[in-house]
Amino acid sequence: MKYVMLVCVDENVERNADPTEWVEEMERRGIRQWGSRLRPVRDSTTVQVRDGEVLVADGPFAETKEQIGGIDILECADLDEAIQIAAKHPAAAFGTLELRPLWEGRFWEE
Amino acid sequence: MNAEESVVAAYRAERAKVLATLIHLTGDWDLAEECVQDAFETALVRWAEDGVPRRPGAWLTTTARNRALDRLRRSTVEAAKLRDSIVLQEAENEEWSDERLRLIFTCCHPALSLDARVALTLRTVAGLSTDEIARAFLTPPATMAQRLFRAKRKIREAGIPYRIPPPDLLPERLTGVLAVVYLLFNEGYSGRPELAEDAIRLGRLLVQLMPTETEARGLLALMLLHHARRDARTDGAGDLVPLEEQDRKRWDRGLIDEGVRLLSGTPTQYQLQAAIAACHATAPTPDSTDWQRIAALYGQLAQITPSPVVELNRAVAVAMASGPQAGLALVDSLAASGTLSGYHLLPATRADLLRRLGRLDEAGTAYQQALALTTGEAERRFLRRRITEVTSETQHGS
Repeated sequence: MKYVMLVCVDENVERNADPTEWVEEMERRGIRQWGSRLRPVRDSTTVQVRDGEVLVADGPFAETKEQIGGIDILECADLDEAIQIAAKHPAAAFGTLELRPLWEGRFWEE
Repeated sequence: MNAEESVVAAYRAERAKVLATLIHLTGDWDLAEECVQDAFETALVRWAEDGVPRRPGAWLTTTARNRALDRLRRSTVEAAKLRDSIVLQEAENEEWSDERLRLIFTCCHPALSLDARVALTLRTVAGLSTDEIARAFLTPPATMAQRLFRAKRKIREAGIPYRIPPPDLLPERLTGVLAVVYLLFNEGYSGRPELAEDAIRLGRLLVQLMPTETEARGLLALMLLHHARRDARTDGAGDLVPLEEQDRKRWDRGLIDEGVRLLSGTPTQYQLQAAIAACHATAPTPDSTDWQRIAALYGQLAQITPSPVVELNRAVAVAMASGPQAGLALVDSLAASGTLSGYHLLPATRADLLRRLGRLDEAGTAYQQALALTTGEAERRFLRRRITEVTSETQHGS
């Protein structure tokens, strides 16, 4: 199964959480398919279209203490494996990792 | 037993096993539930005509499996692979008991909400109907049906594996399973006795399936030892009867003996709590209770699961073993720490110790504080009774 792992951390707190080792291990094991650190929310932009008008605003989707600081696409046997992989990520020790299965199958279905 | 009684007995004894096997074979919880239901309905007709089969569980599993095969045959091509795997796995299932463990561990997976774990366990493992579960939790049936639907969808869509956890995960997952069963028992203890019975049935099943797990045995022992006192806990008017005033002849000896046999002496959470309950349950009179041992057991418990509630209980035991003054010192330092503010048993315990020390004015004040924090009607009546007692004694004394 494919999961996206959202790495949520408080960007205002400086942490030494270099994930290089984790990334190398998970790529070697064929688990991490792709991923990237994200630029901070100060560089974020939101877009909405309402009544045909494009509304653009500065900032993230929601103002929360923890923000998505990185994403990884994982290929795991099941949720238990994904949990174990996530628990090894250095950010798990202070931030929150969210595991969301990709919507597999047809792109749009109820 | 006639055919109908045999089906009812099989429903009780075999349903969880048959369902667990069908979920394993099909990977589809809804299909499995429907086919198991069908199999029992078929049994009602067929057993009356042909007689009860020698192995009802195997008969029901085969019937449900064939039903699932039929259903899949009529559905999409995608199901073809699944169908083959069902035929392949047919030969392997001589021993069913582990299937129920898969079911239990999956229902209690930590990625499900606690509410969902409890509901799913009651529905699939204990075999309660959605309406029964809704009634037990004072929830509208539609809400409960929705909760079950969402839980099953999450298992399917989030990739929660249907299996017994591997050895490295087993200890923490077992703790989670035991917590669900204990939560059920506590729901039953606070006024819904049928849930307590269900919890004990689940506890017995866990011990039967994992006989070497001391904590599974500890939890069952704890539940049995508490449940043994159920008839003596309230009087005719529904008022709470404190432990020392309970009629010990009304305690269930059979359950107490069964509970005591499950104790292993290991210093683990449920084993320690059960050992404490056993000290009470095996004392022929309140005066013969071994409070020294109870205080020591609470001390051990506080070391592995530090908690102010455990400390409060230790204080009560110390008061019984070494006098109310020693207990009051512990309670006062707990009160000073502020960790239990808002917890009604803190002032209630303090009040009781002050009363025994003859400090009745202070006792009355503490009982009032406890009353303000208590919501249970039976407990409120008990506290009011105490307030009346200390007030009248104060007036007589002065």
